Amino acid sequence: MNAHPFFLGHVWLIPLFPLLTAAAMLFIGRRLNNSAVNALCCGSVFASFIFSVGAFLQLIALPSEERLVTSVLFEWIPALPFHMLNGRLANFVADFGFQIDPLSCVMILIVTGVGFLIHVYSTGYMAHEGGYYRFFGYLNLFMFSMLILVLANNLVMLFVGWEGVGTCSYLLIGFYFHRKSASDAGKKAFIVNRIGDAGFLLGIFLTSALLGTIRFAEIGPALAAGHFAMGDPLLTAIALLFFVGATGKSAQIPLYVWLPDAMEGPTPVSALIHAATMVTAGVYMVTRTNAIYQLAPKAMALVALVGAVTALFAASIGVVQTDIKKVLAYSTVSQLGYMFLACGVGAFTAGIFHLMTHAFFKGLLFLAAGSVIHALSGEQDMRKMGALSKKIPVTYWTMLIATLAIAGIFPFAGFLSKDLILGKAYEKDALLWAIGYFTAGMTAFYMFRLIFMTFHGTSRVDHDVEHHIHESPKSMLIPLLILAGLSIAGGWLSWPEIFGGNSRFVRFLEPVIATTQLARPEPTHGPGSPHGEIYLMLLSEGLVVLGICFAWYLYIKRTELPGKIAKSLGGFYRLVYHKYYVDQLYDALFVNRAKDLGLALGVFDTTVINGVGVNGAGWLTRFISNLSMWWDTWIVDGSIRLGSRIVWLFSYPVRLIQDGLVQSYMLLIVVGLIGFLGYYFYLGHHAVR
Amino acid sequence: MNATIPTDYYLWLSLALFTIGVIGVLTRRNVIIILMSIELILNAVNINLMVFSRMWGSVDGQVFAIFVITDAAAEAAVGLGIILAFFRNRETLLADEMDMLKW
Repeated sequence: MNAHPFFLGHVWLIPLFPLLTAAAMLFIGRRLNNSAVNALCCGSVFASFIFSVGAFLQLIALPSEERLVTSVLFEWIPALPFHMLNGRLANFVADFGFQIDPLSCVMILIVTGVGFLIHVYSTGYMAHEGGYYRFFGYLNLFMFSMLILVLANNLVMLFVGWEGVGTCSYLLIGFYFHRKSASDAGKKAFIVNRIGDAGFLLGIFLTSALLGTIRFAEIGPALAAGHFAMGDPLLTAIALLFFVGATGKSAQIPLYVWLPDAMEGPTPVSALIHAATMVTAGVYMVTRTNAIYQLAPKAMALVALVGAVTALFAASIGVVQTDIKKVLAYSTVSQLGYMFLACGVGAFTAGIFHLMTHAFFKGLLFLAAGSVIHALSGEQDMRKMGALSKKIPVTYWTMLIATLAIAGIFPFAGFLSKDLILGKAYEKDALLWAIGYFTAGMTAFYMFRLIFMTFHGTSRVDHDVEHHIHESPKSMLIPLLILAGLSIAGGWLSWPEIFGGNSRFVRFLEPVIATTQLARPEPTHGPGSPHGEIYLMLLSEGLVVLGICFAWYLYIKRTELPGKIAKSLGGFYRLVYHKYYVDQLYDALFVNRAKDLGLALGVFDTTVINGVGVNGAGWLTRFISNLSMWWDTWIVDGSIRLGSRIVWLFSYPVRLIQDGLVQSYMLLIVVGLIGFLGYYFYLGHHAVR
Repeated sequence: MNATIPTDYYLWLSLALFTIGVIGVLTRRNVIIILMSIELILNAVNINLMVFSRMWGSVDGQVFAIFVITDAAAEAAVGLGIILAFFRNRETLLADEMDMLKW
């Protein structure tokens, strides 16, 4: 460990800082005032950020093939010998170990960087909320868990972070726990995630049983040593089980239902956990285990398909939502779909690149939406907004930048990452590309719908809210401005070659992607040639501009049209408006069945367990004790009483004498005396004779 | 001149006193009377002691009589104390209502 430069050798300090402050908040936070909480919590995350930057700088100073630094603090689960599936003996070892390589380095920079900005933002946003210390304690605990997740050097350690972020997500969604909808949403998120986690856990077991190791660095060599064939069914099973976990955490079909409800949490939480960092954990995990995925082409195809369909599906729901945060939530689901599409077509680096740009612009979108909500005293319904652009200009401009970025306008960050994904998808399968392409148009439409409904047109704000409208404090605006800068420039890290760039970011990540197993097929058409790539970009730009114009036409020019369209579409509109009734379907299929099972178990409990078991045992005990009481009364006590009764009977004549009267005793004495005297007189009389 | 009263006269007197005392103890209900009757019995004994002392010309009997008188005084004190305490508790001086000795 000491052989490495300082920051690389001490990556374990990065998650430690937020852990310490989280513990401080949860134990003594109640006694601290807000500024102390701010200093501790933002300070610890900032320290993590500094250490992350230091680690990054020292990592890029290393030659590219040495950019994997592992530091094992201790053996957390020591060696347990077990038989692998092939019969060989192996040791199950889980290190408490950290690994830093380009992938985890990117992740910690995103997590700590965006996390720090959101912490600063929260100091303004949450200033007047109760439970201030609790909020920051949870937030720091989340930072700790997320950093453990991305720095883990093995699957079990990753799972610890995975569960930790799930717990913090639950705690923060239900932060306003006095609101039933919030606590319900928290439970929903936790339970839905649990389903995915079960798959992930099985995947970890199977990995261990099949490969004999759970360390990421050893998975590649183990795959090579095992001579696994392409499409090995067990590897496909592992990949699919991992993907089940990823669909839960990263809100993909069929487990996406928790994310829109998660918007019940405070807006900074939505920005940090449910947009920028935690929900990308699935993408990170798939990328981290890409060596397995690359040997399971069927699983890859499923990942791509699920990603693409989720992107389209969620975008279509986003089009008709009226709650500003719900639109962003479905947009997040949709963008996560893009990332899985990228992973599924083998463009893991593109997926991570989109993950990063998405963290910037979606974090910004949520924070800006929070700023809008803050300005409108808690109003989230876009139908009660409008014409805000002049009143809260900083929020407006930063949100517009983020919207341009997510819509994919050149040269904003979202354009570069999304077109990288679409280009890779086109190489693989034209249908996937078509879905992604169409979704890009819808993204532009619903995002500009949001902008137009919120900031342009005529004001539909309630009167009593109207004169309270105010721009947010500096602590909220500065993070917005920084993220706006990143939303513009974040994509330039990987400036494509056709524009004279060198795709630096993608090159940086490339060592993480296993290439030994799977020789990438050379693209035969499309963006293989620079012209094809340019055409694709122009095509998507055209669609995006079309989407924006459409949104402008419907929500600025002819504001009566959306209602008419909705009416003419009738049933289909209702279907989409009610989110395809998926929640109702799940309720009918699973939730209510689980409740039925619970009720049935309850009946079983009251009748069998309680009735036969507990009450039966009670009855038996009572019966035996009655028996024992009868024995006690009649046999044990009876024998004693019989003895005493016999003594009593025999004592009867003696008792007659003892009447307690002094005079009768005296009489007896006198009688006795006379008796004695009489006897002696009688003796004397005879003696004289 | 030997005009002394014969010893058996005293003994008859003593017997009479003793009998009166015993009858008193046995028949009277008031415990104070019973106590007084006990004094009679004791004094009957004293007369016996005195008369035999004179008959034998020895003072041993007189010494015993003094002990008995002392004893009677002490007994009267303790007996009256018990009677007082008893009266406070039970508000009676009747011996046939004092049957607690059997308990």
